[in-house]
Amino acid sequence: MHETTYHRASSVDEAATLYAKGSEARYLAGGHTLLPVMKQRLASPSDLIDIAKIKDLVGIEATGDTLTIKAATPYFDIATSATVKSAIPALAYLISLVGDPAVRHRGTIGGSIANNDPAADSPAALLALDATVKTNKRSIKAGDFFKGLFTTALDDGELITAVSFPIPAKAAYAKFPHPASRFALTGVFVAKTKTGDVRVAVTGASQGGVMRMPAIEAALKANWSASAIDGVTVSDQGLMDDLHGTSAYRANLIKVMAQRAVTAAG
Amino acid sequence: MSTVKLTINGKAVTAEVEDRTLLVHLLRDQLGLTGTHVGCDTSQCGACVVHIDGRAVKSCTTLAVQASGATVTTIEGIAKGDELHPMQAAFRDNHGLQCGYCTPGMIMSAIDIVHRYGGNLDEDTVRAELEGNICRCTGYHNIVKSVLDAAGRMKVAAAAE
Ligand SMILES: Cc1cc2nc3c(=O)[nH]c(=O)nc-3n(C[C@H](O)[C@H](O)[C@H](O)COP(=O)(O)OP(=O)(O)OC[C@H]3O[C@@H](n4cnc5c(N)ncnc54)[C@H](O)[C@@H]3O)c2cc1C
Ligand code: FES
Ligand code: FES
Repeated sequence: MHETTYHRASSVDEAATLYAKGSEARYLAGGHTLLPVMKQRLASPSDLIDIAKIKDLVGIEATGDTLTIKAATPYFDIATSATVKSAIPALAYLISLVGDPAVRHRGTIGGSIANNDPAADSPAALLALDATVKTNKRSIKAGDFFKGLFTTALDDGELITAVSFPIPAKAAYAKFPHPASRFALTGVFVAKTKTGDVRVAVTGASQGGVMRMPAIEAALKANWSASAIDGVTVSDQGLMDDLHGTSAYRANLIKVMAQRAVTAAG
Repeated sequence: MSTVKLTINGKAVTAEVEDRTLLVHLLRDQLGLTGTHVGCDTSQCGACVVHIDGRAVKSCTTLAVQASGATVTTIEGIAKGDELHPMQAAFRDNHGLQCGYCTPGMIMSAIDIVHRYGGNLDEDTVRAELEGNICRCTGYHNIVKSVLDAAGRMKVAAAAE
């Protein structure tokens, strides 16, 4: 790992100020993406701004129709939160599948979405649930936030403060984990909103990162059942094709995981 | 360089570290606590697991400066004098280790699992919860047996206290 200078911020404003002072600063939350990348010398930030101890960035609350999770809340606290389990059990379940217990003790939802790994789990939940990403500058709809592999709508130095999820009528996540890394080889999140709209998001499959599946959404909107997906054709165009699975295999997994998710949602 | 202050295995520790120093390197190289191992470069093997403020964490994926102010427990800190921790005793009795390389991390993860689940542990849960700890020797069977055995012993020990 290259040399770096560590700063511990105690407020969002202080974090942004420290970031602006560094020549090539990076925010540090759980460090479970950034530190491995720094160890491989694929990143060498001049300054690390630790945001994990900022009180305003940790916590979970549900009010009316919205569940809000602050950006630096560790996965473990999300997966075990009674509030999350009762508002959106599918989200608690998704988070409980991320990595392993030690990863969940440190990793955060804000770090995951800022990184936007094409095989990460959280982006699927945000996109299917039509969540809103709150930053220190603005609010961004999930559909506008994820911009392809490891790319987001965040400006340089913009800090995610929270994610707000509209509470759905029904939702579920089905993940086919990569047997070694536990990342999603393909994961599908299905959600039915309280107004009857259906949104389906797929992670791990596309070369462009998390994506929606309009054909499956239409089929489920007409008939919310696993069998409704039988007749849908999922093209393997643009899907990842690597030693872990061909694009045709992933295309099939999208259907199978979508069906499992609908069955689980009930 | 930064000054870090931590409580490690019950003792107050102050150390000067480079900001890029990993917690595992502070423990092993500066403090001589070599029970915590490094088995991989990818945050996947769990040989380096310690407890930070009571939670099992990979010390190879945590900077020493991030842990400043925290309470850290390592494999050296769990026995009471000559009396092994019930998890250590269960690993010995159930042949839960062979080369022993993964064992400190296994034991620290396993104690965390028992703390979180209490008595409600079964084989499937133990296997799922040990996802982040890799063993190249045992085939896991006796590790799982050790954890289940220790869960019972830790309950008895807690009741006695
Ligand atoms: C062994 C292992 C297994 C894993 N398995 C999975 C898995 O199965 N599924 C999965 O989805 N992920 C998995 N992960 C990745 C894990 O989810 C990471 O913890 C997560 O992606 C990053 O969160 P973090 O808080 O650790 O972020 P960090 O590493 O601290 O930061 C990641 C990036 O986000 C930026 N950032 C962090 N917080 C903010 C913020 N609030 N605003 C703006 N930018 C920010 C940082 O500057 C950095 O660029 C795994 C990781 C490991 C090590
Ligand atoms: S050495 Fe920390 S996970 Fe392998
Ligand atoms: S006992 Fe040798 S690696 Fe586990």
